[in-house]
Amino acid sequence: MSELTRLTLAEARDGLASKKFSAVELNEAFIDAVARAKTLNAYIVETPEKALERARASDERIAKGEARPLEGVPLGVKDLYATEGVQTTAASHILEGFVPPYESTVTANLWRDGATMLGKLNLDEFAMGSSNETSYFGPVISPWRRKNSDAKIVPGGSSGGSAAAVAARLCLGATATDTGGSIRQPAAFTGTVGIKPTYGRCSRWGIVAFASSLDQAGPIARNVRDAAILLRSMAGHDPKDTTSVDAPVPDYEKAVGASVKGKVIGIPKEYRLDGMSAEITALWERGVNWLRAGGAEIREISLPHTKHALPAYYIVAPAEASSNLARYDGVRYGLRRTGKDIVDLYELTRAEGFGKEVRRRIMIGTYVLSAGYYDAYYLRAQKIRTLIKRDFDLAYAAGVDAILTPATPSPAFALGEKGAADPVEMYLNDVFTVTVNMAGLPGLVVPAGLSSDGLPLGLQLIGRPFEEETLFALGEAIEQAAPKIALPEPWWV
Amino acid sequence: MNSQAHSSKLIAGATGDWEVVIGLEIHAQVTSRSKLFSGASTEFGGAPNSHVSLVDAAMPGMLPVINEECVKQAIRTGLGLKAQINHRSVFDRKNYFYPDLPQGYQISQYKNPIVGEGEVLVDLSPTEQIKVGIERLHIEQDAGKLMHDLGANDSHVDLNRSGVALMEIVSKPDMRSAEEAKAYVTKLRTILRYIGTCDGNMEQGSLRADVNVSVRKPGEKFGTRCEIKNVNSIRFIGQAIDVEARRQIGILEDGGTIDQETRLYDPNKGETRSMRSKEEAHDYRYFPDPDLLPLEFDQAYVDALATTLPELPDEKKARFIAQFGLSPYDAGVLILERASADYFEEAARGRDAKLVANWVINELFGRLNKEGKSIENSPVSAAQIGAIVDLISANVISGKLAKDLFEIVWTEGGDPEKIVEARSMKQVTDTSAIEKAVDEIIAKNPDKVEQAKAKPTMLGWFVGQVMKATGGKANPQAANEILKAKLGI
Repeated sequence: MSELTRLTLAEARDGLASKKFSAVELNEAFIDAVARAKTLNAYIVETPEKALERARASDERIAKGEARPLEGVPLGVKDLYATEGVQTTAASHILEGFVPPYESTVTANLWRDGATMLGKLNLDEFAMGSSNETSYFGPVISPWRRKNSDAKIVPGGSSGGSAAAVAARLCLGATATDTGGSIRQPAAFTGTVGIKPTYGRCSRWGIVAFASSLDQAGPIARNVRDAAILLRSMAGHDPKDTTSVDAPVPDYEKAVGASVKGKVIGIPKEYRLDGMSAEITALWERGVNWLRAGGAEIREISLPHTKHALPAYYIVAPAEASSNLARYDGVRYGLRRTGKDIVDLYELTRAEGFGKEVRRRIMIGTYVLSAGYYDAYYLRAQKIRTLIKRDFDLAYAAGVDAILTPATPSPAFALGEKGAADPVEMYLNDVFTVTVNMAGLPGLVVPAGLSSDGLPLGLQLIGRPFEEETLFALGEAIEQAAPKIALPEPWWV
Repeated sequence: MNSQAHSSKLIAGATGDWEVVIGLEIHAQVTSRSKLFSGASTEFGGAPNSHVSLVDAAMPGMLPVINEECVKQAIRTGLGLKAQINHRSVFDRKNYFYPDLPQGYQISQYKNPIVGEGEVLVDLSPTEQIKVGIERLHIEQDAGKLMHDLGANDSHVDLNRSGVALMEIVSKPDMRSAEEAKAYVTKLRTILRYIGTCDGNMEQGSLRADVNVSVRKPGEKFGTRCEIKNVNSIRFIGQAIDVEARRQIGILEDGGTIDQETRLYDPNKGETRSMRSKEEAHDYRYFPDPDLLPLEFDQAYVDALATTLPELPDEKKARFIAQFGLSPYDAGVLILERASADYFEEAARGRDAKLVANWVINELFGRLNKEGKSIENSPVSAAQIGAIVDLISANVISGKLAKDLFEIVWTEGGDPEKIVEARSMKQVTDTSAIEKAVDEIIAKNPDKVEQAKAKPTMLGWFVGQVMKATGGKANPQAANEILKAKLGI
């Protein structure tokens, strides 16, 4: 493995600036790593020519002293982001071969700042899943393995390709999206850092929609600093997305290393689940102690509606998805299967084009929006959502700066191990993360230790709206205090 | 001024009189340059799929952004309908699958429309008006157009209209006859055209109606209604109501019941046909569109738009009656189109307004109708018709000659005063010239003179002779007086 792929994004950026190596060299190192990591199935499409073309342009800029914030930095892009001229599938058969004539706002922002693209990253189909096993293009394999086992481990989902690629050093950072935990849970499973910013911080324009009121773009990166650097480029107001917020984007990197002294950290008692594993409880305790040692004030808080969040989420998200996915009808683009009439065309195309989990969620969503059920399900779920948001508002109003919770109830599991018989078993992965989407808040996951069988575990920090800087400062404090987690050495090459 | 049953509107059936109850949902295309949620053009008649943005085609990841111009148009329309303007409204998704609906849902407003209750005064005759309540007005997207005749085995879709803004204007069930419904649509169209929020062009589909029809015995509660979809002319609206009311009465009088359903009117066969029953009705699964924030504005925003409204038809009619002394009928005809009213006002300025109204309504409108021309394309300008009226008022030309003059101005154009001068069309008011003509006629017709003395109504014959002798230029009044004196009657 080239030493260049071991660099963090910040280190690579600085190395390019000081001309220790060229952007072409850096990109070639990653292109080579990607080409040798097919086993992990992290990329659906590789775009080495595009990466090199941009890298050459970056080298010219660097030579002229015109480097931009991400000049020459090779990234992976979750295949939920539309990329102009490059196949965009949402990991679904129904969009196989679809090449958009447009670029998503978030990726356009990254290219504006000089980044290069290595390819499109695998994910759960339409971002629906927590293990990356629902992808039409096959599951992503985590670079992580249990101690003394070569069982294939899931990288989490839906941004499983993004998390695996960052952890396996197949890019310096990756775009991801988070509807109920799709950035944070895979980050926790792979020992990487992921942040779902405040709803409205990043534009959703050009990102294939799953659940519009919950979807948010964010980065997965090697460490907190890298995540901060990426988010600064990704974020910003976009007139093409009415739900994006017109507020200045701070220089998040400056927040990394800021003191956490005096910050009030809420510990929500409702997140202590019955039967939660001792090692998760212990991890959480350690996180509390690290922040206390850094000078933060620890305060027990109550978020009483937490237990209703997961069921409410699994009403709201499928409801919106059932409508958002109606456009994949075989009429204008993507897969088409014809029959005797238009109804046949719809049914054949959608039956073949969508995988089982997507079909299940479309059915749930259609059901909860139906006449006679709307009030009992959708409307009630929205009320719960309001109550969940109020729980957080009250905590913040009482002076809490951020909330610390475990990221997931367990470490990563093996392929096929969960959810085969009961999908709810899989949905329970999101129990600590969905509340954050329901309330539209920022949430950061940072690696904090290893499980007894050697898999990464993460802690989650939940912040006030648009106060991502606080999360970066606290996240880095945990990162510094926690034992260093060495990324796995490439067994997959 | 009421919407209660008038016996004249009842329909006689075998079991007695029936009353028809009508409510209308009018879909009016908003006049705006671009679509409701995309920047694509709304121009009519482009090549198929030439006005389609990525949003209109529902490409993956595309998002709607509200076009403020359309919002303003809806508010202005609401003000024109004297309706409540809701400072907060919500866009909802109406979900159903159809190839002309790329998103798989129509963005509409369901529970919280932008405009609430209002009313329209509808003129049935110069003396009879009814008030039709407006239930609500909301904004929504139009769908595309399917074409089934391009290939043997497939259909094609044109998305040019997909995403164009519509206002759905829902009336209360306040109409009791086809005539009332037609008059309501006519009035609504006039109002929309005045405000400039819809061109009202039914041939191009800018205005379409869903007609809800039920029947009942007078005084009883409302019957089960049927909705006749997408009727695209005022004449057809009237026909569809009559046909549907008859159909329902027939069923009820045979002891049957009406099924609530959606029907289509076939103007060729003169019948309505079932489209889908209540059981087959779509479950639209409405829910608030999460891509769009609620639409919010304050009263100052509404007030600013109110200042952009023109004088509306009702106010203009009242003013024409009060200011110009016009009859309600004449005023009503003149205000039907804003351009006609403006034309009249320009022509009437500083003149005998009643005389101008007569000329505009009888001569000009008659002629325009005959030649299928609109007031905007009138060959005779307001200034020209004003000049003609001036010549009449000043006794320079007679009414008959004025008609000839109008004809010359219509076909050749020119300044009426100069035409009269150049073609010596001036009325002869010089009494000596008329006297000379009268003397000659009396001398030539002694028998008629005798008759006239016995029967003074013979005077008309003499006047006619004088006019003939003077080429129509004699002032009729002067001729009359001289004749009376000379004949001694």
